[in-house]
Amino acid sequence: MIGRLLLRALPGCLACLWLVACGERPWNDPYEADTGARKIYYSVFQQRPKHLDPVSSYSEDEALFTGQVYEPVVQYHFLKRPYELVPLTATAVPAPRYFGKDGNPLPDGAPDDAIAEVVYRITIKPGIRFQPHPALARGADGSYVYHALRPEEIARRHTLADFAETGTRELTAEDYVYEIKRLAHPHLHSPVASFLGRYIEGLDELAQKLAKEQGTNRGFVDLRAYTLPGARVIDAHTYEIRLKEKYPQFVYWLAMSFFAPVPWEADAFFSQPGMKERNLTLDWYPLGTGPYMLTENNPNRRMILMRNPNYRGETYPEAGEPGDEAQGWLAARGKTLPFIDEAYFSLEKEDIPEWTKFLQGYYDTAGVSSDSFDQAIRLSPDGQPELTDAMRERDIRLLTSVQPSISYVGFNMLDPVIGGAEPRARLLRQALSIAVDYEEMISIFANGRGEPAQGPIPPGIFGHRDGAAGINPVVYTWDGRRPRRRGIEDARRLLATAGYPEGRDAQSGAPLVLYFDAIDSGVDTKPLLNWYRKQFAKLGIQLVIRATDYNRFQEKMLKGDAQIYGWGWNADYPDAENFLFLLYGPNGKAKFQGENASNYQNARFDALFLKMRSLPGGPERQAVIDEMLAIVRDEAPWLWGFHPKSYALYHAWYGNAKPNMMARNSLKYRTLDPDLREQQRRAWNAPRVGPVIVVLLVMMASAIPAWFTYRRRQRAGAL
Amino acid sequence: MIAYLVRRLLYAVPILLGVNLLTFFLFFVVNSPDDMARLQLGERRVTAEAIEKWKADHGYDRPLLWNAGAHGAAALTETIFYQNTSRLFRFDFGQSDSGRDIGYDIRQRMWPSLAIAVPVLLVELLLAVTLALVVAFFRGSYLDTWAVVICVAMMSISGLFYIIGGQYLVGKLLRLVPISGYDHGLAALKFIVLPVIVSVVGGLGGEVRWYRAIFLEEMSKDYVRTARAKGLTERGVLFGHVLRNGLIPILTGVVVLLPLLFLGSLITETFFAIPGLGSYTVDAIREQDFAIVRTMVFLGSVLYIVGLLMTDVSYTLADPRVRLE
Repeated sequence: MIGRLLLRALPGCLACLWLVACGERPWNDPYEADTGARKIYYSVFQQRPKHLDPVSSYSEDEALFTGQVYEPVVQYHFLKRPYELVPLTATAVPAPRYFGKDGNPLPDGAPDDAIAEVVYRITIKPGIRFQPHPALARGADGSYVYHALRPEEIARRHTLADFAETGTRELTAEDYVYEIKRLAHPHLHSPVASFLGRYIEGLDELAQKLAKEQGTNRGFVDLRAYTLPGARVIDAHTYEIRLKEKYPQFVYWLAMSFFAPVPWEADAFFSQPGMKERNLTLDWYPLGTGPYMLTENNPNRRMILMRNPNYRGETYPEAGEPGDEAQGWLAARGKTLPFIDEAYFSLEKEDIPEWTKFLQGYYDTAGVSSDSFDQAIRLSPDGQPELTDAMRERDIRLLTSVQPSISYVGFNMLDPVIGGAEPRARLLRQALSIAVDYEEMISIFANGRGEPAQGPIPPGIFGHRDGAAGINPVVYTWDGRRPRRRGIEDARRLLATAGYPEGRDAQSGAPLVLYFDAIDSGVDTKPLLNWYRKQFAKLGIQLVIRATDYNRFQEKMLKGDAQIYGWGWNADYPDAENFLFLLYGPNGKAKFQGENASNYQNARFDALFLKMRSLPGGPERQAVIDEMLAIVRDEAPWLWGFHPKSYALYHAWYGNAKPNMMARNSLKYRTLDPDLREQQRRAWNAPRVGPVIVVLLVMMASAIPAWFTYRRRQRAGAL
Repeated sequence: MIAYLVRRLLYAVPILLGVNLLTFFLFFVVNSPDDMARLQLGERRVTAEAIEKWKADHGYDRPLLWNAGAHGAAALTETIFYQNTSRLFRFDFGQSDSGRDIGYDIRQRMWPSLAIAVPVLLVELLLAVTLALVVAFFRGSYLDTWAVVICVAMMSISGLFYIIGGQYLVGKLLRLVPISGYDHGLAALKFIVLPVIVSVVGGLGGEVRWYRAIFLEEMSKDYVRTARAKGLTERGVLFGHVLRNGLIPILTGVVVLLPLLFLGSLITETFFAIPGLGSYTVDAIREQDFAIVRTMVFLGSVLYIVGLLMTDVSYTLADPRVRLE
């Protein structure tokens, strides 16, 4: 009976399936029905952003959101290279003014020790307004609607959308000063507070005072009532930042979210009792003046940025670098930003779904993971990466750029065998620098996505030299066209001179055993660590891998217990100082908990570092950097490793795709053609129902013999 | 029966304490409060002072289990273990180390977990029982042999293979459903189809083989022979007797799982980007968020204990011969 009913219903079901398959919208479309034709940028995030409060946000995945919402006073020019700061909310890029101990102004070239105070006076543009936000909502009498909520009023609210009223107001200098004071707030835990406290006048003192007076207060701390000598309001649109010493790189910090404006109303609103318990915090709901505002924060699924209706309308850059015109990246010159109305970031923890959805047109851009590399990229006869035919068929484009970062292997200079300035250890390190073949490593483990490093400074940053002048002569020679790694015989000679012929101690005959501390991230790291072992074995040196978990590794590094280790650094700002400080003695990790993980110390290098830090970009600074590089290349505290290359893929409907490795607010420059996207999505995602029908029919057919057997058994007699 | 249940509930208290203690030890053997602070604050430019401030702010500046500096009961209560554990027994989960309300997150995330777990349980149960009955019916035939071979093969394949294979076949090649993601309400349907199919197929081999064994054992019993001897059809024997008696161990096995459905699946939710409690736990472990880890382990233990109690009760309902005393 049931079987007969099913058989009768089957053609109808198949017809329905067929009709639905012929419908307009692809079945695998993961978005709402009405979103396809809108100017929505679709992308991914892989980890929940921990902090969206500008005072504590410091990682790339957080900057993806905070960069679009908050507006510091300066930003990086979208198109120009080398990276250049331009005003964002400020009327001009702030320039330092120097003052002596007597309070008199000093010229720009004044010696560092004569400078007692550095002042940055910043004027912001008038008329900039905050995004609509309930913290800024005011009633008819001017009082804030949501600043004195009763517990029962808060109890029924869980998102900002639960507050009906919103308001806005003009951005003032006070908002910038208020945020600088927030760096010292005892409960906000800014990761850079201690560091900036070395420079900003009175910041450490304010932190101590707040900890003492407000240490147990979990409510609103009105920082406007506290004075901070290092940050003060001059007038509604002007404020000053005062530093205790010369720090020319400070202007780059002004482009980071730590110096973005935060209205005091935000703290007053979110600090009300019961707010934090309902996940209503500034850490979750940023409040800025930027082109976008975060309207949905569901990091378990997606984050949505929408155009800020109060955005003042910055314009697209008028000029770029040579080649930008040909790429079409100047076609939008002078047009009002932003071009995209909304941005949907979906949670994708795994590479395969992300890659598949990109190919299906559901993400506008994608990186290239190791798993998908061969599908996307092939090497041209001259060794250049190019797209595979499958990518070209879909008109997918590729952009590559060297990241302002370095991945290196460091030697602990406190170690009695591998560390120290004695020739024996130095020659050993030099020999290893030659033996560990990073060209091979990049080819095998990074699919060619990297550039062997000649020193700590990545390409594109002042101080890095291209060509013959930029090579590390300890490791490379110049063949007229490119650097050539010295042969293994050179390394063996150095090793023998160091007293380890064939990898054995010349005096005792004992084999040289070195220890590599690495973070064990599972099976993926094993081939790489084995590769390092083989590289050391080329010199007869035994390398013992001590793979450990992340926490133990950090502990070892803090105590200076590791002998050889793997590490990396991504630029905070595009200045050589941000890489050379990784080798500056007073930044030693074991002694001072700084970022100099090798605990390298060289008096000449340290003196040159202080000099370099203060010099403006020019031949003099380049000469100082050259000397510093010569010192560290000779001392070889690192195997210099490589600078990773970023490969970005994007669809034909995504415009102004020029990568900018320093700017975090690039979304406002991008363009979209949603009609083309919708057309391609339909073409690429027509469901294939045929195989499903065939499988169903086969399954039904295979059940027929079983059915007959069943019937036969039912009719069979007992004997 | 009530006395039995009360006794079992009282047993639960030391069990939960033990589980908490074990979780606490395991977590803090691998992670120190300094590590947790470093992970929350980030790796760059973080000073020892910032770490100390974070620890003090989150209550991780206390001793782990015994506060030698305190007097009387405070030596026990002014510790990380006591401060964290005592709240759990009041079902006050507090805030995660990153500042989120754990109770709210759990309430939000249990629905996507249930949206996957409930259909998987029902469909798998129905399919597995049906197939096991069919296989049992054809016992000793080629169909039975091949069914067992296929079941063993399906059991031997890793769950990850089903997930990746399912995503490739259904999401990428056939383009029938989104390959990953989630939405609320009815829009969630298209997202849960694939994880449900993959989970059902992944678990079917083991289930069918187990249920087949149960049914075959029932079919070899005297009452089945008697039923056949009385002239009942094979269908009548199977559905009227074998299935009813075979379902007792199956249902009691299922009942213990019911409360755990809330907790979701760690792997499936991660691969399909389902915002459920399974991925919540995985994320918390990865981010070394002890507040969430201890809550989820505690909740898992409570639900497991509840499940075992429900199993005991269901025995009495399914088999009148069983009495709880």
